Amino acid sequence: MPQRRHLVASAIVVLLLALLALLPLAGSRYAVDLATEVLIYALFALSLNVIIGFTGNISFGHAAYFAIGGYACAILLTTYNWPLLFALPAAVVLAGLVAAVVGYFCVRLTQIYFAMLTLAFAMLVWGVAFKWKAVTGGDDGFTGIKLPAMLAHYIGFFYFTLAVVSVGTAALWVICHSAFGLTLVAVRENAVRAGFIGVDTRRMRWAAFTVAGTFGGLAGALFGMYHRGMYIENAFWTESANVLIMVLLGGIYSFVGPIFGAAALHLLQTFTNQYTPYWPTVLGLILLVIVMVLPEGLIGLAARLKARRGKP
Amino acid sequence: MNAMLSIAGLWKSFAGFVATRDVTFDLEAGELHAVIGPNGAGKTTFFNLITGHLRPDKGAVSFEGRSLIGLPPQKIVRLGIARSFQRINIYPRLTVFENVQVALIAHAGQQWNLFRPGRSLHREGTVELLELVGLAGEAAETAGELSYGKQKQLELAIALASQPRLLLLDEPTAGMSPQETAETIASVRDIAKARGLTLLFTEHDMAVVFGIAERISVLHHGEIIASGAPDAMRNDPEVRRVYLGEQGGHG
Repeated sequence: MPQRRHLVASAIVVLLLALLALLPLAGSRYAVDLATEVLIYALFALSLNVIIGFTGNISFGHAAYFAIGGYACAILLTTYNWPLLFALPAAVVLAGLVAAVVGYFCVRLTQIYFAMLTLAFAMLVWGVAFKWKAVTGGDDGFTGIKLPAMLAHYIGFFYFTLAVVSVGTAALWVICHSAFGLTLVAVRENAVRAGFIGVDTRRMRWAAFTVAGTFGGLAGALFGMYHRGMYIENAFWTESANVLIMVLLGGIYSFVGPIFGAAALHLLQTFTNQYTPYWPTVLGLILLVIVMVLPEGLIGLAARLKARRGKP
Repeated sequence: MNAMLSIAGLWKSFAGFVATRDVTFDLEAGELHAVIGPNGAGKTTFFNLITGHLRPDKGAVSFEGRSLIGLPPQKIVRLGIARSFQRINIYPRLTVFENVQVALIAHAGQQWNLFRPGRSLHREGTVELLELVGLAGEAAETAGELSYGKQKQLELAIALASQPRLLLLDEPTAGMSPQETAETIASVRDIAKARGLTLLFTEHDMAVVFGIAERISVLHHGEIIASGAPDAMRNDPEVRRVYLGEQGGHG
């Protein structure tokens, strides 16, 4: 009954959006800030999964596009006094363009070689952010981002983030479920066979890489504005690893998986940091669990539980 | 009349081992042609050279007057040559339906459409092809979980989705039960005739070869040693010596 499943899924989405929209009424700034962060990471993780889940290659340098989007938006807003209406799209386009250039080279390789090349390019981006002090602020970071008055208040920014992330997620959903998205899955499943039905697999993967970088840049732009600053750590490989773990935790074979992965990992990190300084240890344990028992992430676990319940 | 597929002086070697040795070969439009030969005779390499999976060291391959040398598989498919593989080559995590649907999407050039929902496209064409190969009942199943014989049938449907004029089948019945083999022979022959396909296939099973082929070429150590009508091949002393006599010998 695909019709009914459709209805249920739509109802869940509407309910979730309504709950989020009502969240500020609860009166807790902490909850609103946390939700803003989760939304941004969810978009970031979703964008990375276009490469991982839909082409079957692991990118180890996705923070690069996040950082480019973040820095570009911050610099255009603050140094050049651009209005947000132009600064945000320009930053996103820039991230997409850089992803197109980097992707052009990366998609010539697959698997570990692909991953290493994405990492190498990300380190270059980090190097630029670090050394180009006049523009990026170097290791002091780029701070004091000017925001329109409407977004200066945390509730205003939350609604802005909710709107942008919703639109971004919807756009990614359409792309991932389009003829293009279905063909990408075929490329992931069997690139040789995909070639023999007339698909230029390299160009498909290139396009996917560019899409991922573009939306990663959008998430980064939101992140920079939210924190009123961008720092070189945001371009560092640990940030790439973090979003990679979010994707793996959520589940790469499902569109929504990375949203759950981002929420689970970010909330877990926030709460763990309140009690112990040992977040990296906890992160290691989470990774261990993913690799050993949850190869298809939380979504895979949910599907398995459902299948078990279905059998008498 | 010009041949549909014309191959001249084709060579391919791997690290000194000659897999294809000076093969010259013509295929007329509408022919049902089998390439037979012992294991390791170079049948699959021959197919890979035609379809762009491998690049020949030397020689010419042309299809309907157009050279295929240096073209990647995705370009060659678009010229009208589709193939199936000896070892199962499907999308195991996709459903049977999607396996065929993607091929139809690619054939229509819609793989660059970022907006139209993929699952809504070519539904009728997909059902038609699945019915043609007898997989309509398994449409919703995960392709990787089908029986081996049915996966082979799915391969055939995927290849047909590209609407080829020349279809290459690499051991279409390998690993099938005798009953599946018989069904496959019948369906391949019917499909080829109904669609006016030119068929080039390799096969181990002599019943299949003599059940479908109108012409047979015998490949031995990378060389075509004989070519002709099935009866002539059956009685050719050289063919009997290298191949028909040693049947059942795997290795």
